[in-house]
Amino acid sequence: MTALRIFFIGGLISYRGLFNWIHPAMYIPTMLVGPIFQILFFAYLGRYSRLESDSFFVVGNAVQISAMAGVYASTMAIANERSYQTLSPLLATPANRLALFTGRSLPVLANGLFVSAWGFVAGALLLDFRPDRSSIPALALATVVSAFACTAFGLALGSIGMRARDVFLIANVAYFLMWLLCGVNIPLDDLPGWMAQLGCAMPLTHGIAAARELAGGARLGSISGLVWTELGIGIAWLAAAYGLFRFFELEGRRRAALETF
Amino acid sequence: MKALRLLAVGWTFHLKSLTSSGFFLMTSIFMPLLVATVAYYMFRAGHRPGSLFYASLGAAVYGIWSTTLFGSGGAIQWQRWQGTLEVIVAAPAPFLLVLLPLTLATSSMGVYSLASTLFWGRVVFGIPFDIAHPLLFALAIPVTLIGLGLLGLVIASSFVLYRYANALANMLDWPILLISGLLVPLSLLPGWSHPVSWSLAPTWGMRAIRDSALGGGHPLRALTMTLVLSAVYLVLGSVLLRNFERLARRNATLSLT
Repeated sequence: MTALRIFFIGGLISYRGLFNWIHPAMYIPTMLVGPIFQILFFAYLGRYSRLESDSFFVVGNAVQISAMAGVYASTMAIANERSYQTLSPLLATPANRLALFTGRSLPVLANGLFVSAWGFVAGALLLDFRPDRSSIPALALATVVSAFACTAFGLALGSIGMRARDVFLIANVAYFLMWLLCGVNIPLDDLPGWMAQLGCAMPLTHGIAAARELAGGARLGSISGLVWTELGIGIAWLAAAYGLFRFFELEGRRRAALETF
Repeated sequence: MKALRLLAVGWTFHLKSLTSSGFFLMTSIFMPLLVATVAYYMFRAGHRPGSLFYASLGAAVYGIWSTTLFGSGGAIQWQRWQGTLEVIVAAPAPFLLVLLPLTLATSSMGVYSLASTLFWGRVVFGIPFDIAHPLLFALAIPVTLIGLGLLGLVIASSFVLYRYANALANMLDWPILLISGLLVPLSLLPGWSHPVSWSLAPTWGMRAIRDSALGGGHPLRALTMTLVLSAVYLVLGSVLLRNFERLARRNATLSLT
């Protein structure tokens, strides 16, 4: 019961306290307005390069912008404990570590989904993106799974922030590399083999591929492999994130370096 | 003479300071390289390989814009956080001459963008580096840096009235990249957006650099337009800055974040 309280209530309090972009004056320009122009920019660049249709870029970027929450908010939800000097008191508590850690992912996941949904709506209004109505629930499922994988990836980055001096630089680099490696704007077949391989281990890649198939009219059953793979990658990143979190906690205790920079 | 010395010393100081920042190195080197790489692969996959040098130059100017936006957008706010804003406003030197070197330094960081993007394109993607008008190209770079630096002054002096200046910087990065024609030709954009594009120094700076590098167009006209806009930004920036200083002194809000 306590673990559940830590998961739900503790997770929400941590999110409100540690996610710096939660104020509407920060949230709206950064998480809602900026991403619309990202979608427009890549759609127009796609038109100029004659690479793919607008729908290709709307789906790729609308799913990818869930990573704004997934990567940045997750990183803040862990790494800001150290910045705000609350990491030591937190880790001095007997709280269940798994609940404490994973609880932070739920509000982030909800935020990522909201931003993604916003991106799809903007794509529909500005670029005439019209998926088949019957495909929308499956498209939503692919987006949920992708946002989950991104959140897990962000938690791994946040865990690194328990030790690294400037984790936000790492988070920025990771977030921006997604445009290149995850098939957001370039089909994986057009990338060099090693980049495509790297992209396959990243979150989003399979989720975006699934979302594109679904938006193009495919049935969920025919692309379920992509969704399961994305889910598997998310679970793998979550396990890695928790492992890193525990490792850095133990190392921080051993070396008395929890809050040193 | 004193004003020139202040500008030179301030510019050198801020340039050194920005060069030691991981964030600004990422913005001025990594980001344009990434945007250039995405554009290269998109153009290649879309069978437009002739556009690769075009993309290189566009990504380089994007790097200048992005560094200016984030650097100038947060300029006054950072001074506030560090507790140095009162000191520099109280100094006998005009505030404009204290702030201007900072905004010019942020745009000067764009030299890294230009050098790294062209080098990356040449070495990794084998893009030929053939400049049609070398002298005009050499002139277009500093003029573009000045144009963007002065646009930075307008950004710095207007963003200061908004507490979440970094949110505005996050928001404006993409629209200006799109609307200035850095990677997408203006002719593809809706007609209503063109007057906005024409009022922006990145549009004309890009045109000057691109026309002088690729040939064609009117590089001299673009250079002139960049300089005219720079003068307009200087006047606008100084008016906005004076207004900010007056309001901050009257309401005693200089150090409030």
